[in-house]
Amino acid sequence: MVQFTLPKNSKIRTGKTWPKPEGKSIRKFQIYRWNPDDGENPRVDTYFIDMDKCGPMVLDALIKIKTEIDPTLTFRRSCREGICGSCAMNIDGINTLACIYGLDEIKGDVKIYPLPHMAVVKDLIPDLTHFYAQHASIMPWLETKTNRPAKEWRQSIEDRKKLDGLYECVMCASCSTSCPSYWWNSDRYLGPAALLHAYRWIIDSRDEATGERLDALEDPFKLYRCHTIMNCAKTCPKGLNPAKAISEIKKMMVERVV
Amino acid sequence: MRYLTTRKRAEGLGSARAGTEHHLAMTASGWALLVLVPILVFVLARTIGGSFDEVRATFANPFVAILTALFLVIGMRHFAKGAQTAIEDYAHGATRAALIMVANAAAYLTIAAGLYALIKLAI
Repeated sequence: MVQFTLPKNSKIRTGKTWPKPEGKSIRKFQIYRWNPDDGENPRVDTYFIDMDKCGPMVLDALIKIKTEIDPTLTFRRSCREGICGSCAMNIDGINTLACIYGLDEIKGDVKIYPLPHMAVVKDLIPDLTHFYAQHASIMPWLETKTNRPAKEWRQSIEDRKKLDGLYECVMCASCSTSCPSYWWNSDRYLGPAALLHAYRWIIDSRDEATGERLDALEDPFKLYRCHTIMNCAKTCPKGLNPAKAISEIKKMMVERVV
Repeated sequence: MRYLTTRKRAEGLGSARAGTEHHLAMTASGWALLVLVPILVFVLARTIGGSFDEVRATFANPFVAILTALFLVIGMRHFAKGAQTAIEDYAHGATRAALIMVANAAAYLTIAAGLYALIKLAI
């Protein structure tokens, strides 16, 4: 059955409170910490930052903490502008990208946790191995049977427009890890991110494997575990709507039958 | 402990090539119940406070009898399929299979008992 409580060795304890600096605009940060090497339970450490000496985004604060207070704080980051999807984490209860989430959007203390319901590698880094494998399983590439054209696969402007709202996904996993269906059945349910990508290739006018793609998705778990809860659309830091993409796939499934 | 590649874990047993029929049935029965339930509630509400003979006469009406029979069959099938979805969400392994069987058995039992009672009342 589904577990509603954390295992004993995953229960979060109160961690270290780091010294408070002097300054007028001090802000409190509570950050999840877990180190697989020390055998301890996860904890929440408390840090204080002078906001007059910090950038406006959550990632700026994290980098400041790592650089100036605690170099052991571990998190992923790369592009700093919402393109790479590396810094996805749960900030103030919302799965989002730390680099494009403003500190002014958060009221009170800033609480930062890793993406929910994923195995943690260390601190704010979730293990996305299975998530990426699920993405690979939907064949995220153009499948064609016709001989390759001399120049290029042509696509009309109207057909190209159908890819808008789909191709922008940066695979940050914010949507999948906000989905209760994915929490309970991520071993079999593909999740909103992989399904959004699946639809991106299904709807591509140049792709010639539509039937095979729909065949591979037609499954009570891979696709139909989506109950249109809409957490995915609400949390997507890029403003995409995976729930709509999934419902479009379901419509195509019905179209094949009726 | 099993040494499986991540891709093998993600693929699992592959697609069951099923689910659309379930999805269609739930959608169709949902729409049917949206029409059936308000009519049935309206008809049954009129029997409140009536004598046994008056209630019996209501169910003897072919329109009400057919409506009730349809509600029983469609409603219980809708329940069984809905319960199956919820069970698949929260239960795993043998518990999942057992609970799905129980939900389906309960639905068919209710249909059989309901139809028997309806026939007794209507005829």
